[in-house]
Amino acid sequence: MGATEITARTGPIPNNRRRTIFEFLQSMPFILPALILFAVFFFYPIVKVVYLSLFLTNSQGVAKHFVGLAQYVELFQSPDFVQSLLVTLEFVLMTVIPGIILALVLALLLERSIRGIGIFQTIIFSPISMSVAAVSTIGLMAFNPSVSLLNFILQRLFGLPNINWLNHTFSSLVAIALVTVWMNIGFSTIVLLGALHNVPTELYDSGRVDGTNYLQRLRYITIPSISPSLFFIAVVSMIGSFQTFGQVNILTQGGPAGATNVVVYSIYRNAFFNFQYGLASAQAVILFLIVLVLTLLQFLVLERRVSYS
Amino acid sequence: MRESRLGLFFRYVFLVVASLVVLFPILYSLLISLETSNNVATYPPQLWPHPFHFGSYVEAIQTAPLGRFLLNSFVMSAIIVCGQVVTSLLAAYAFVYLRFRGRNVLFYVFLATMMIPGEVTMIPNYMTVSSLGWLNTFAGLSVPFLANAFGIFLLRQYLMQLPYELFEAARIDGASQWRFLWSIVLPLARPIISTLVVYVFLQSWNQYLWPLLTTNQTNMQTAQIGLSMLQNQDSLAWNLTMAGVVIISIPTLLLLFFAQKQLVKGLTAGAIKG
Repeated sequence: MGATEITARTGPIPNNRRRTIFEFLQSMPFILPALILFAVFFFYPIVKVVYLSLFLTNSQGVAKHFVGLAQYVELFQSPDFVQSLLVTLEFVLMTVIPGIILALVLALLLERSIRGIGIFQTIIFSPISMSVAAVSTIGLMAFNPSVSLLNFILQRLFGLPNINWLNHTFSSLVAIALVTVWMNIGFSTIVLLGALHNVPTELYDSGRVDGTNYLQRLRYITIPSISPSLFFIAVVSMIGSFQTFGQVNILTQGGPAGATNVVVYSIYRNAFFNFQYGLASAQAVILFLIVLVLTLLQFLVLERRVSYS
Repeated sequence: MRESRLGLFFRYVFLVVASLVVLFPILYSLLISLETSNNVATYPPQLWPHPFHFGSYVEAIQTAPLGRFLLNSFVMSAIIVCGQVVTSLLAAYAFVYLRFRGRNVLFYVFLATMMIPGEVTMIPNYMTVSSLGWLNTFAGLSVPFLANAFGIFLLRQYLMQLPYELFEAARIDGASQWRFLWSIVLPLARPIISTLVVYVFLQSWNQYLWPLLTTNQTNMQTAQIGLSMLQNQDSLAWNLTMAGVVIISIPTLLLLFFAQKQLVKGLTAGAIKG
């Protein structure tokens, strides 16, 4: 370390302990602002949410009566919570798989730097800039059978009836999934496009020499080469889907009959409408564990991939 | 490797179709916002406004205090952006240039915050903010977001690439840590700071859940929350609703057009690991 080492060489040798303390104190003004904010708004609340989940609370959220794991037991025995987990899982499947396939198609289309590609890129990236409130509000109109242009197009193209999207259990979840897939498509395409550009051209050249066609090269060269990114997208969109809230709040409020009552929406209702903070906290802890497992999975798999290559 | 003419033709055809499909929701809201209330409530719906009607925007502004909502969103986002730049730069500086006991532990502590989603901590955070009397204030809207591990790691990654000799030279010249940070690191880090600014602004502007929880007075609501006022008024006035959608999306669409590079860089920074 610059200055301290220089004085150490020229002046009397300071003892190590003083130097350690000096270095520590010197670094604190840099570290403390972030550290204090993290302590107050990340670490304290994560401890607090676990604590609250073990208590019955009053309507102000003050822990009143210790019940241990009873609320977790209650949750897993309650058909509503089990339904909300199942709905969330169904929703994750409905968004992640179509999202990846669409993003891959779009990224493959954008891959070549042909004339005018910049405009196409900006257009296809554009969902990244839209907010959940704006997109869901557009959805509110698109899924309303009395004005729905979407229904009109589906009627004309496929002869589908005029669907009342948000009034039926399955179609309401599909509607929310559509909004979500659209919102995520820009980000997923960006990531996959980056990965495609990193595939070594020699691989394709040797593939060509072997006389493979486009689909074979896609299957045996492209997809294996970008598989870490595909995996990354899958995990990120899964985590995102588990965190879904805005779409549900704006489009369906969890209905009809709990068909779109995803986990975060359920936490929101239990905490801020039913004032069951303890129960909602137990749900939040379960959500945390799910997201944690997904994050660690991503970390482990991607780290391993990197070290192997 | 070149594509055949036919392949190129099909690529363009598919690109045009894909662009239309992806752009459609935005285009749709724009076109509806230019219709009159009468034309918009018909089925089958008409897509092309006839004639173009800008009155929806005037009416939308009269129906809901959109100016106030936009101002609130701007102030909130500006506070969060400034806060994150300051806290991230300071912490990143410490992780790159300072040696102190517990540095590695602290690094992992900071990293761990990335695994804690806001949806999990919202109940205690709501209680904290509420007990501080911060509901319906800019403090309540912004303080929980003034530090973020993402910003710290983004800047740390960048600072680590700067030549370390700069630091040694500055120290030999007798510059203090703060002086080195201010007059050498800050100017050099400008590109990455602009990435952080653009990215954090987008995230803050588009926030939904937290402002919904912590504001219930119209004069403190952000644009994302205030938008719902245009739905409740009159369920048939879709042109007003869509005018609202267009208005609250303009700032972030401008970012997309004028700062796409920074936006993309910010968004993918987390993906580099893969």
